[in-house]
Amino acid sequence: MISPLPLAAIPPEHEARRAEVRAFLQKEMPAAPAYMRARSWMGFDAGFSRKLAHHGWVGLSLPKEYGGAGEGHFARFVIVEELLAAGAPVSAHWIADRQSGPLILRYGTQDQKDFYLPRICKAEAFFCIGMSEPNSGSDLASVGSRATRTDDGWILSGRKIWTTNAPKSHYMIALVRTSGSAADRNQGLSQFIIDLSLPGVTVRPIEDLAGDAHFSEIFFDDVHLSDAALVGREGQGWEQVTAELAFERSGPERIYSSLVVLESWLRHLRASGRRDDVAVALLGRFVAHLAVLREMSIAVTHRLSQGESPVVEAALVKDLGTEFEQTIPALIADAVAAFPDAPENAELVRAIAYAQQVAPSYSLRGGTREILRSMIARGLGLR
Amino acid sequence: MMDQILTDSFEQLILEQCDPARIRRIEAGEPTESLWALLHESGFMDALVPEDRGGAGLGLRDVADLFIACGRHALPVPVAHTALARAELSLAGIEPPSGSITLADRCRVDESGTIVASAVPFGLTADWVWARISNDSVSLLPTGEAERQLSGGHGSLAADLRWKSRPAAAISATGIVDSAFDLRSTGAAVNAALLAGAMARVLEMSIGYANERVQFGKPIGKFQAVQQQLSVLSEQTYASRTAALLGLSSITHRVDPRLAAIAKSRASEAAVVAAAIGHAVHGAIGITAEYDLQLYTRPLHEWRREYGGETYWNSLLGRQLLAAAEAPLEFVRLLCTRENDSTTMRTP
Repeated sequence: MISPLPLAAIPPEHEARRAEVRAFLQKEMPAAPAYMRARSWMGFDAGFSRKLAHHGWVGLSLPKEYGGAGEGHFARFVIVEELLAAGAPVSAHWIADRQSGPLILRYGTQDQKDFYLPRICKAEAFFCIGMSEPNSGSDLASVGSRATRTDDGWILSGRKIWTTNAPKSHYMIALVRTSGSAADRNQGLSQFIIDLSLPGVTVRPIEDLAGDAHFSEIFFDDVHLSDAALVGREGQGWEQVTAELAFERSGPERIYSSLVVLESWLRHLRASGRRDDVAVALLGRFVAHLAVLREMSIAVTHRLSQGESPVVEAALVKDLGTEFEQTIPALIADAVAAFPDAPENAELVRAIAYAQQVAPSYSLRGGTREILRSMIARGLGLR
Repeated sequence: MMDQILTDSFEQLILEQCDPARIRRIEAGEPTESLWALLHESGFMDALVPEDRGGAGLGLRDVADLFIACGRHALPVPVAHTALARAELSLAGIEPPSGSITLADRCRVDESGTIVASAVPFGLTADWVWARISNDSVSLLPTGEAERQLSGGHGSLAADLRWKSRPAAAISATGIVDSAFDLRSTGAAVNAALLAGAMARVLEMSIGYANERVQFGKPIGKFQAVQQQLSVLSEQTYASRTAALLGLSSITHRVDPRLAAIAKSRASEAAVVAAAIGHAVHGAIGITAEYDLQLYTRPLHEWRREYGGETYWNSLLGRQLLAAAEAPLEFVRLLCTRENDSTTMRTP
């Protein structure tokens, strides 16, 4: 069965960090309309990331010897919560901070740690994730990109797709096959750090339905990788990627994607003086859901901070969290459209439209809803 | 640790004394005196009573799991309500009566002077009803002197209770009991726990059934369509459990009305989904009187309606958010910041 998740609390020393982050955001957060802030951890601003890095808020969990903050899960929870609540553009350093850095710290060689980690902490090295391929989505073990040994390294061929931020990233950590065939499933996979400026790498942005081009397709045509590009052990890629996904699924970002839309609507209601029953009850429903999800996320963070790996619990919270994120634009859209003759708030409508368009991605990225539910079912002991 | 031992020994007592067969008999009208006597003797009823008044002096967060257990076993008597009422009475220096006490949030006096408490939860099994008869009159009314009429569906223990005039045996709590003991909020927090418990039972039964029941040559739990539904059921159950713990997170015996609102709203919304999935997984056997599932799904719907449903509490929370100055997340964060939060672990 799944563990009971008792309530936990953010330790006061971490709670105390909020004021600092808020003061920083007040000063440094670039002014942006709600429909831009709604992009949040999809909003890319390298300069802003460097300012955060300057305050020690990039590479939060990385050791101080590499320029990190040496902080635990709760410090990250608080700082991330404040950044997401403000709709700060954190996408540039997001993946490196959340998963690439911790992955290199855990599995990398000393040389790799010395080279990449200080750059991550200064927001000078941005990373993207090379998991999905055109024929490998939820079935990640079927990846077909292949690295073949040579005298002095590896030759990589294949392609990755749906890679967030690839055109603006310096490196990709990719899961590729190094032995056997697709029939060997999760055996024979390895992870590589790929310098995206190498000859043979082609990045083609893909425009999404919201008019953004944050994701892309990447082609590897006989890319020569040095031995130093392998991260972790050859053949251990599946275990490593599984651990990486646990980092990817557990954070508050799986609850807060539509928060800016909710805040804009609340601001609009307060300013307009509207108090219709549907809107009032809907606001309350969001409060109830948000409060419970946040408590669940804190409970999971507590387990992580105890050195545990609550993989199924994290999947459960992510699935509930993304459902909540998806209901926000849909239900607010209806509450606004319930009064077709009321004056429109163009900024709010654009924020709703943006969130509504990208909402399907909430339950795709980081593991689809269906895959998470299968994991939960196994956790429940369905045989 | 202490509360885990408390909950475990309480559950053991329920398992011995109140199995599904007894629940059925009580729902059919069997008196509850002997069951209540055993529960009362156990001392659990005074868990929240201050130590200097002879109780265990625990806070709500210490008994949250015990309250959830009452729902998990569909206890047909108001244990949680009684524990709360006894604490409040003791604190006010009133000796609590030995019988069970339920909380009535819908009470009025009509033109003829008749006291009417509508759709009282456990109105058929409780000995006393705690009711606010008017703004300045709070009393414990003996159900034995009331005209009782079933107010819920088949098997329900809820009842409309009428007293032609104020019964002589009534215990007055007027003016002594602080208005901080809001009946509807308190009942809402209790019901959130009962809902979370009953959902946990529906989840356990549904997983067990899905692993046993064979169709198309394999257990139905191997079918993805069934697995996905059970995952949703587990999500709703865990969310409700968290909601219930939040509603009962106080270190005293009094609920925070806004946390009770969150708890009741969330658990009530989940109850509908949970009951539907439990029945979908069980198929036709689940809707028979003979099979136990209905002992937990009927109360799910009933407990959802009592003490305000999700829209009632959502409206209250929504009005408060509108009237506040904070952004939604900050509002929630401040609302959920609990006393004594410096200790990271809240239950063992």
